[in-house]
Amino acid sequence: MKKNDIILIAVILVITLGGLASMAFRQKASTEDTADKAYVLVKIDGEEYGRYPLDEDRQERIELPDGSYNVLVIEDGYVQISEASCRDQICVNHFHIHYAGDAIVCLPNRLVVTIEGGEENDIDSATN
Amino acid sequence: MKTNKIAFLGLLVALAFVLSYVEFLLPLNIGIPGAKVGLANLVVMVALYTLGTKNAFLLSIVRVVLVGLTFGNLAMMIYSLAGAGLSFLAMVIGKKTKLFSVTGVSVLGGVCHNIGQIIVAMFVLETSSLIYYLPFLIVIGTVSGIVIGVLSGMIISRIQKLFKI
Repeated sequence: MKKNDIILIAVILVITLGGLASMAFRQKASTEDTADKAYVLVKIDGEEYGRYPLDEDRQERIELPDGSYNVLVIEDGYVQISEASCRDQICVNHFHIHYAGDAIVCLPNRLVVTIEGGEENDIDSATN
Repeated sequence: MKTNKIAFLGLLVALAFVLSYVEFLLPLNIGIPGAKVGLANLVVMVALYTLGTKNAFLLSIVRVVLVGLTFGNLAMMIYSLAGAGLSFLAMVIGKKTKLFSVTGVSVLGGVCHNIGQIIVAMFVLETSSLIYYLPFLIVIGTVSGIVIGVLSGMIISRIQKLFKI
C-alpha cells in the first residue's frame, strides 16, 4: 500500500460520512417541515367546516344552525373539545389528539375533528 | 496476441465466472441489497495488471454477460454492466495516473461498482431515495476493495514472475 492509497481511502470515508451527516440533517429538516404542515380539519355532517394549523394555539367556537355548539381548543400541538352542547359529552371527555389520523367525534352534532398530515404516531403506525 | 496470453485470458474468464457463482451462492447478507464482496473483481484486477487494459475490459464484459445469462436475469445484467463499466473506467484511470498501488485501484473499482449500480437502479426504478443506500454501499465497497486489492497485489506479483507476460 502506498501513501496515496491511504489518502484515497480516508478521502472516500470522509466524503461518505459527510454525506451521511447531511442526509440525516436533511431528513430531520424534512420531518420538521411536515410537522409544520399539520392542520386540524373540522367536518360537520361530512362537509368541511374549517381547517386550523396545529402549531398555533387558538380557541374556536363552532356554532351549528340549530343552536348547538362545540368549543375546539388547540394548545401546544394538542387538540381537544373543551365544551359542547350535546348531552353525552363524549367529545369533551375524549383524550386530546396530536398525531396524524387521530380523531374526535361528536355524534349528536355530527362533528368530526381530525388531524391531517404531520407527525405519525410511532406506536401503532404499523397497524395503520 | 500470443497463444499463452489467449489461454491465460480464457482461464481468467473461467475463474471470474466461478468466483461470481460462489458469490451468488453465498450472498453477503447484511441487510443491504446489492452489497457484495466483489470476488470477481479480483480476477479483473489481475487481468488489468498482467494482460493490459483491452483484455481486462473484454474479460469484465464477458464475465457479466455470462453470469447474467446463467444465474441472473436481464435486469441484474444491466445493473452489473453499469457497475462493471464504471468500476473498470475508474480502475483504468486510477492505474494510468500511477498515483495509487494495486490496493488504491481496487478501492476505486469497488466504490465505483456500487455507485454505477445505484445510478442505474435509480433510473430503472425512477426513485431518487435509493441514494440513501449509497453511503453504506461506498463503505462496503471500500472495505472489500482493500481486501481484494491486497489479495490481487500478492497474486499479481507471483503471476508476473511465473508467466512473464
